[in-house]
Amino acid sequence: MELTRRNALMIGAGAFAATLLPAGAFASPEDTEKAIAEFTGGAEVGEGGIDLTTPEIAENGNTVPISVDAPGAVAIAVFANGNPEPKVCVFNFGPMAGSQSASTRIRLAGTQDVVAVAKMADGSFVKASNTVKVTIGGCGG
Amino acid sequence: MISRRDFLQATVAASALYGASGVGNWARLAAQQALTQDDLLKFDTYGNVTLIHVTDIHAQMVPIYFREPEINIGVGDARGKPPHVTGEDFLRMFGIKPGTPEAYALTYVDFVSLAKAYGRMGGLDRVATVIKAIRADRPDALLLDGGDTWHGSYTCLKTNGQDMVNVMNALKPDAMTFHWEFTLGSERVREIVEGLPFPALGQNIFDKEWDEPSEDFADYEIFERGGAKIAVIGQAFPYMPIANPGWMFPEYSFGIRDERMQEMVDEVRAEGADLVVVLSHNGFDVDRRMASRVKGIDVILTGHTHDAVPEPVLVGETILIASGSNGKFVSRVDLDVRDGRMMGFRHKLIPVFSDVIEPDKEVAAAIEAERAPFRAELEEVLGETDSLLYRRGNFNGTWDDLICNALIEEREADIALSPGFRWGPSLLPGQKITREDLFNATSMTYPNAYRSEMTGEMLKVILEDVADNLFNPDPYYQQGGDMVRVGGMGYTIDVARPQGERLSDLTLLKTGEPIAPEKTYVVAGWASVREGTEGPAIWDVVENYIKRKGTVRIDPNQSVKVTGA
Repeated sequence: MELTRRNALMIGAGAFAATLLPAGAFASPEDTEKAIAEFTGGAEVGEGGIDLTTPEIAENGNTVPISVDAPGAVAIAVFANGNPEPKVCVFNFGPMAGSQSASTRIRLAGTQDVVAVAKMADGSFVKASNTVKVTIGGCGG
Repeated sequence: MISRRDFLQATVAASALYGASGVGNWARLAAQQALTQDDLLKFDTYGNVTLIHVTDIHAQMVPIYFREPEINIGVGDARGKPPHVTGEDFLRMFGIKPGTPEAYALTYVDFVSLAKAYGRMGGLDRVATVIKAIRADRPDALLLDGGDTWHGSYTCLKTNGQDMVNVMNALKPDAMTFHWEFTLGSERVREIVEGLPFPALGQNIFDKEWDEPSEDFADYEIFERGGAKIAVIGQAFPYMPIANPGWMFPEYSFGIRDERMQEMVDEVRAEGADLVVVLSHNGFDVDRRMASRVKGIDVILTGHTHDAVPEPVLVGETILIASGSNGKFVSRVDLDVRDGRMMGFRHKLIPVFSDVIEPDKEVAAAIEAERAPFRAELEEVLGETDSLLYRRGNFNGTWDDLICNALIEEREADIALSPGFRWGPSLLPGQKITREDLFNATSMTYPNAYRSEMTGEMLKVILEDVADNLFNPDPYYQQGGDMVRVGGMGYTIDVARPQGERLSDLTLLKTGEPIAPEKTYVVAGWASVREGTEGPAIWDVVENYIKRKGTVRIDPNQSVKVTGA
């Protein structure tokens, strides 16, 4: 596993004590597209054959558990399209790997889509995407 | 051959509340004359399995008034569907005549007048009578507690939940799941759970460090009843560390985890379960969505959102049962379970009219034993209310108006914020406000009333965030509570817009001026989830205010304008 960057910036977890985020610090959708294209070499990315599990709402945006599972993959890259640097990590699976799945915790700067892209053994690519909400919290019924 | 679907729908139509007495509007009919215990309990025993569901009791051991919401907006797929139907629309949808006991129990319409006629609801000694009567019909009925049980009263707070544990144990539940219980702190929760004579369930309660299912709670329990295997899977409140202070239970992680719920359903089916029941604290809309995503659940006993729905809601082949709150109702669900499947059901939402249902002597004595040591504090009169005090509603309630008024005056603030809790019973105009009443609306383990400065921009961000936690069209992204109640500031909200675009026209009420994004305001509030929040307990702030005023009066709240519903 290669951690490219641990993205900073956070929302305070306290009720009604939000830290306002500076405008312009985040990746644009084009940045994410570009980062994905770097991983895929511009190849077409299909759907299906990859499971991405994330919480719907993060309990703590600083450490969000995610897991990816793509049977037959040689590598899976994870992107967070609302972080300052969209590329989060790449898992590489050698031929001896028992399964092509991995779990980690990532940092999310706010509500955004987490995208996982798997490179399959035949060189094709598939992706899955989930929205993870990062909220100020409090007020629960 | 009658298809299962036809059968379900036929029985839905036949499952409405019994006991309609046809009294007119503004009735002054004494409850005792209109209803009998036999009417309330009447049920033609059906099938081979009975489930009894109670949930969200919030430590209300003695009878209370509880006004159901007037405003309960559904968004997305939930729009216009139960439980997002209130008042006259509710009465029409379920064919209930205004002024009847059912209308009083289930809606806010003519609440004060009907409350005087029909009296208080609930009381765990009355609930015990209902449960015993059902067990007399069906001795092996399963009693399932949906949680929010060990929270919500003075005695519960003072005994760290022990009073409720003792009284509930006298009712002999068969399983339970959780939400507010965790605000007792994880150590206390484990201490109680270890001594419970029934399983503590939650397939979505995880060990945070290892991201694995917690060993402190079981995923499910399989019961043999009526010749069938009944699996009860627990689903705790999914957003515990977000909606409540995570630092009080740092070892645990929650979440909806519907992939794992599917695994659990498949697992219990593989173990031979004939019926799969989910005992849930998800909230109704999350359960409705879960029923459409997870295959193989027969019954979801819903909780958290306090909805009382007189008929089961059918989603695919799953029935959703909503049993109200505060001990106001007990649901009885009789099921015909054969050949590994649910063939049909009969259901009744039993309203617990406290003047009609005889208290069970044993449980009444158990309740008295818990309350006696605190009698003097509980009964101390702090003042009186001229207005109806209630909490439920998406945007405001008079209890929170009172709390916000107290925060602004006692803490010298421009603006007050009170969380959108759903618990807290009602008081009628002219009633004394006792310390017990005040704690019923404020009791909790993180009560500090903070006072801080916030910019107008920050206030907007907070309100947008909370609004999205209520009005996100996907219920899986709704976090749990009603809208934060605001004192001293008005706003307009378009519930149909996305986050960041719902709120407009934020106005400081004392000057009538628009809230300026860069300007700083003094904000007072309570129940922050942040560790180390400083300030007096909210009940002390409100007690001082009530004592100073003598009699409190709440003017109609017109500071929130709602569109897009």
